[in-house]
Amino acid sequence: MTPASAPIPSTTWAARLAPRRWLGPVVLLAPAGVWLLLLLVLPTLLILEISLVPGLRLGQPSGGYGLGNYLQILQPVYLRVIGRSLAFAVGSTLLCLVLGFPVAYWLALLSPRRWRNLLLVGFILPLWTSSLLRAYAWTTILRPSGVFNTMLTTLGLPAQNWLNTPTAVFIGLTYSFLPYMVLILYASLEKLDTRLLEAAADLGATPRQSFWKITVPQTLPGIAAASLLVFISTLSDFVVPTLLGGASSMNISRLIYNQFLGPTRAWGFGSALSMVLILAVSLAIALLLRYGDRNTVTEA
Amino acid sequence: MAQTVRAATAAAVTQTQPDVELRQVFKTFGADLAVRQLDLAVQPGEFFSILGPSGCGKTTTLRLIAGFETPTAGDVLIQGANVSAVPAHRRPVNTVFQSYALFDHMTVKDNIAFGLKIRHLAAAQVRDRVGDALRLVRLEPMANRYPAQLSGGQQQRVALARALVNRPAVMLLDEPLGALDQKLRKQMQVELTTLHRQLGITFIMVTHDQEEALALSDRIAVMNNGQIEQIGTPSDIYDRPHTPFVADFIGDTNLLPGRIDEAHPAQVRVTTESGLRVLARAGNMSSNQAVVVSVRPEKINLSLGAAGGNGNCYQGQVSHLMYLGTHLHCIVRLSSGESLTVRQPNRADTPIAVDTPVYVHWAADDCLALEAA
Repeated sequence: MTPASAPIPSTTWAARLAPRRWLGPVVLLAPAGVWLLLLLVLPTLLILEISLVPGLRLGQPSGGYGLGNYLQILQPVYLRVIGRSLAFAVGSTLLCLVLGFPVAYWLALLSPRRWRNLLLVGFILPLWTSSLLRAYAWTTILRPSGVFNTMLTTLGLPAQNWLNTPTAVFIGLTYSFLPYMVLILYASLEKLDTRLLEAAADLGATPRQSFWKITVPQTLPGIAAASLLVFISTLSDFVVPTLLGGASSMNISRLIYNQFLGPTRAWGFGSALSMVLILAVSLAIALLLRYGDRNTVTEA
Repeated sequence: MAQTVRAATAAAVTQTQPDVELRQVFKTFGADLAVRQLDLAVQPGEFFSILGPSGCGKTTTLRLIAGFETPTAGDVLIQGANVSAVPAHRRPVNTVFQSYALFDHMTVKDNIAFGLKIRHLAAAQVRDRVGDALRLVRLEPMANRYPAQLSGGQQQRVALARALVNRPAVMLLDEPLGALDQKLRKQMQVELTTLHRQLGITFIMVTHDQEEALALSDRIAVMNNGQIEQIGTPSDIYDRPHTPFVADFIGDTNLLPGRIDEAHPAQVRVTTESGLRVLARAGNMSSNQAVVVSVRPEKINLSLGAAGGNGNCYQGQVSHLMYLGTHLHCIVRLSSGESLTVRQPNRADTPIAVDTPVYVHWAADDCLALEAA
């Protein structure tokens, strides 16, 4: 490092071309930067442009720019789809949290230390298989003559026809994203200073009071991070609603898919829907970066 | 080990029911015996210290009183009630933790109010008592800060306030000053004694710092290997140690192993392993008993000529000399082969240097024969 007061040497062209401090970052960042620019930024801008051409369909002449595609989203039928997507995301996130927190708590604070890593791997294991494959597995479990109904009938309970209903979507989404929830919560709970729990007990707090006044506030950043991550993933999930949800579980990803690859080829409307989804996810990521514990996310 | 309880404070004199009592307490962790056969009684209002090297079981003892551990055998009594099976949150004691364990998601004020709010005290009462506690530890300007924004000494005072605001029957302090630097520690020692006097509640402090224990305590329990070696006032512990371990752990001492030649009611003559014949103070001991003679460096005098009288006097040579300002720290090698550490006041009348032939002498009452471990 040269001191700030050092005289700046006169710059010749040769000196300017010599390796400089900016060269390192450029060399390191350029490949990924170019990649992102070509495959993320430009396509997004392209989608933005298409979304601003009302009624654009593939292979048909289009008019000028306007907000028609966005206004179309406000029709009740599409608002219902967005509402359903949010319901899937919020519902499965809450389910993941309710199911995942006790598991993460047990893993981080109560499980035998020497089995801990093995148990964690056990939880991550489902992530090693393709999400498509896992969704297919659920169709065989939930179909009318599937494993689930066989179990119900042997227990003398009425069979449930859950495949191709929103219930199957909740089950599938919760199953798919529970490991992420557990992993991030584990990372957060594992850092919990248990001496604080002793201090709380010492000051008269019952285990329940200690949990709500110490454990939860101390791990709130981890809870926020895990919930937002699962929310983002479930909001834009395509595989589970498509394979398990049937016609009654149209969500925003499927709607977008239909605009681009369905018979109508309504690219303009599909792009507007994409922009809305991108915006919603970006907002959630902004919240995650602002309030979530980034360390637990990266650790997990 | 039956001890005569030496009452040092007015409170302790009125031998009422002890505030904290351990009866034949054992605690094991797996195969490890953390504490064994612990018997102690802490009187109301006492400043009681548990002193010992790391791993001696002193922190386990404190945790047994706080309720973070349950005894494997034996009973823990607080104000006469057997609390062995009572969980920590229902015991009338509060702890100042070594690491402070402050709630970093709460302000100083909320940390201190925690115990009161848990007990559902009225808001006005909480406010008043938190205000009093903040004043007591001189942290009023810091009320709305977070622990991370405070210095180590201030965090320590928050930890104190958070405990004492609940007006516990007993305050437990686990190495409370261990994380502070030397100067701050001295200052906090004064504050601790002041607080103890003002509040009049029982303090039980765990420490490995013998100087701290001597300076603050009414009584000290010295622990080693999970057992209590001795309980007594600071001067009991220092001047009348019961075991070689206590003599060695508290302050510096020279230990000379040997055997008793002649036993008198209060005095014995010991021949050490190297053949030195030493007169020493002793309790009830018999001839031919194996003992260790303990003589503290500051009780030994150095002179150039032989001293008269009937004390202990031996010839030797200064082998090491350290100049420490207020005094000289010398090691004298006796002609019998033993080396003694001697602490000599820095005075002009005994000019000594390395290799100076000297005489060491001390009165029989200034050394103590202890039963060999």
